[in-house]
Amino acid sequence: MLKYIGRRILQMIPVFIGVTILLFVMTTVVPGDPVKMITGERAISPAVYNQIRAEYGFDQPLPKQYLMYLNRLLHGDLGQSLMRGRPVKDMLLDKFPYTMQLALCAIVIEIIIGIGAGMISAVKRYSYADVLVTLSTSILVSLPVFWLGTLLQLFFGIYMKQWTNGAFYLPMSGAGGPGSPFPQWVYLILPSITLASVSTAYAARIMRSQLLEVMGQDYVRTATAKGLAASAVLWRHSIKNAMIPVVTFIGIDFGAMMSGAILTETVFNWPGVGNEIYNAVVRRDWPVVMGGVIIIVVVVMIINLLVDISYAFFDPRIRYGGGGEES
Amino acid sequence: MTPVNKDISSMEPSPQLEPVTPGDAAYDSLSTGPSRTLAGDAWRRLRKNRLATVAIVWISIMVIAAVTAGLWVPQLYGDPIAINTETIVEDRLQSPSLEHPFGTDDLGRDVFARVVYGARFSLAVGLIATAISIVIGLMLGALAGYYGGITDAAVMRGADVFFAFPYTLFAIALIAVLGPGFINVFIAIGVLGWPSIARVFRSSILSVKQQDYIQAARALGGNDLRIMTRHILPNSVAPIIVYGTMSIGGAILTEAALSFLGMGIQPPTPSWGYMINASTKFMLTAPWLMIWPGFAILTTVLAFVLLGDGLRDALDVKMKD
Repeated sequence: MLKYIGRRILQMIPVFIGVTILLFVMTTVVPGDPVKMITGERAISPAVYNQIRAEYGFDQPLPKQYLMYLNRLLHGDLGQSLMRGRPVKDMLLDKFPYTMQLALCAIVIEIIIGIGAGMISAVKRYSYADVLVTLSTSILVSLPVFWLGTLLQLFFGIYMKQWTNGAFYLPMSGAGGPGSPFPQWVYLILPSITLASVSTAYAARIMRSQLLEVMGQDYVRTATAKGLAASAVLWRHSIKNAMIPVVTFIGIDFGAMMSGAILTETVFNWPGVGNEIYNAVVRRDWPVVMGGVIIIVVVVMIINLLVDISYAFFDPRIRYGGGGEES
Repeated sequence: MTPVNKDISSMEPSPQLEPVTPGDAAYDSLSTGPSRTLAGDAWRRLRKNRLATVAIVWISIMVIAAVTAGLWVPQLYGDPIAINTETIVEDRLQSPSLEHPFGTDDLGRDVFARVVYGARFSLAVGLIATAISIVIGLMLGALAGYYGGITDAAVMRGADVFFAFPYTLFAIALIAVLGPGFINVFIAIGVLGWPSIARVFRSSILSVKQQDYIQAARALGGNDLRIMTRHILPNSVAPIIVYGTMSIGGAILTEAALSFLGMGIQPPTPSWGYMINASTKFMLTAPWLMIWPGFAILTTVLAFVLLGDGLRDALDVKMKD
């Protein structure tokens, strides 16, 4: 097990180096004048210009610049916000808990509804429920997340309020706080449904196809032939085995939600990392944008690592099978 | 895979047992001669898939409407971009009517005209960005799958690097660097799609490469390029077609998201994503502003997804969900 974890972490290193090279090229080489990337559109004196140039090593050869960049990254230095003058790292760390909250709620929805719908759909194959699940998952994966968000706002925030004369509605934006009319968790409802939508559809699809595949396996037939009750065959032999890929998907998806949160948080004005990145884009505050990208990429890589390790823990074939299959 | 397609009526009829002679209609339908190509077969199966047929019809309508928009939309519904300052006060935020089927926006422009013109950009991004992904993905996938070894390792680690980035986030970062605009959206979305295509193509090359007919072609003295283009590509093209079709939908969604964030094509040129963004201010008074562009995105993407599903069944491609 330890050997597997060690090998998996070693595999991560080239990817991490590749990611940092790519980001280095994007932040330093492509924009033309990297000093502009740091100072923005402000006019600065030649002296300040040269100072920044020397400080960040832009007068050095590119490989050396890359090492300096990597060094700053590894020390957690993501630069300063152009607009607020605060370190990017502190700004984003303040917002991170909000994004985590949102993603966790969305994962819960995804697990309950996605896996549940996929199971029903596979067990009752070709029934109306199955057709309904199959169709609605196709629609959900084609639905623009931000549109779903605004539709939910329209119905639960505006129309619901009108119909019930203000007796029942859900908050449309923000995260609550002192003086707000709702407890804080109510503010999470609409954003987490929105964030969960696409993932739930994928989880249901994968659950369905996996369960159908497992139910066609010989060992399931054997279990039935042994005279096991149908429910025992389903739960102990089919669902348990079908769950493995689904769990992996959900784990990886948790990372993807960090980035999907940009749209959801923007629609609902949820004060997370995604919203901060969006605001930074609007204000052309590039260090914040790139810092946000780096933080999210690193978090995603760590989550994927944990998923792989837990995968190996649950499925001995991977642990002993020499590094898992290429997919 | 949609279960509806699996009923018996979609199966091929069994060959007829009574003797047939040349000249009979039945003779022509036997599987002799060039009349049954892979494409022809796939097309026949695709047409039996009702959802895929609807998808093809819808995509055709969209493409025709987008291409011919200049000929009929301005005449019937008004200019999608220009703002008429004289009539703006009475024209703005009208609810849907016969004259303006989707209503008008806050600047007095016809929403239907803007949705039709928005299709131009969305479809163009979908097609061109996917084409870019496929070209890059095919080349790198071919290198990796055909030559193996260190080339393979380098390409696939490169793909891993791209996979480490969440898709939307990477597109946003690229646009942040390149600056928003028409061409940059193509580039950003196109460049992001290659790793998946490369992986799909690589794995189909790996399975085709071992076949006897490749050995035969090599024994006959075919060079790498010839073997690749004449023998390997035709035999591994099916998954690429399926994957490419689905990617068109994905590219349209990503473009809409970028436009929604104000990073896509810049106003006043109509784009569906930005129309939704601009409409949120008038959600209470003019909900039609956000309904129709969103509906256009949903139906277009859904059409490509369903067509991709249909093609997967028709071409008999085995893919993970």
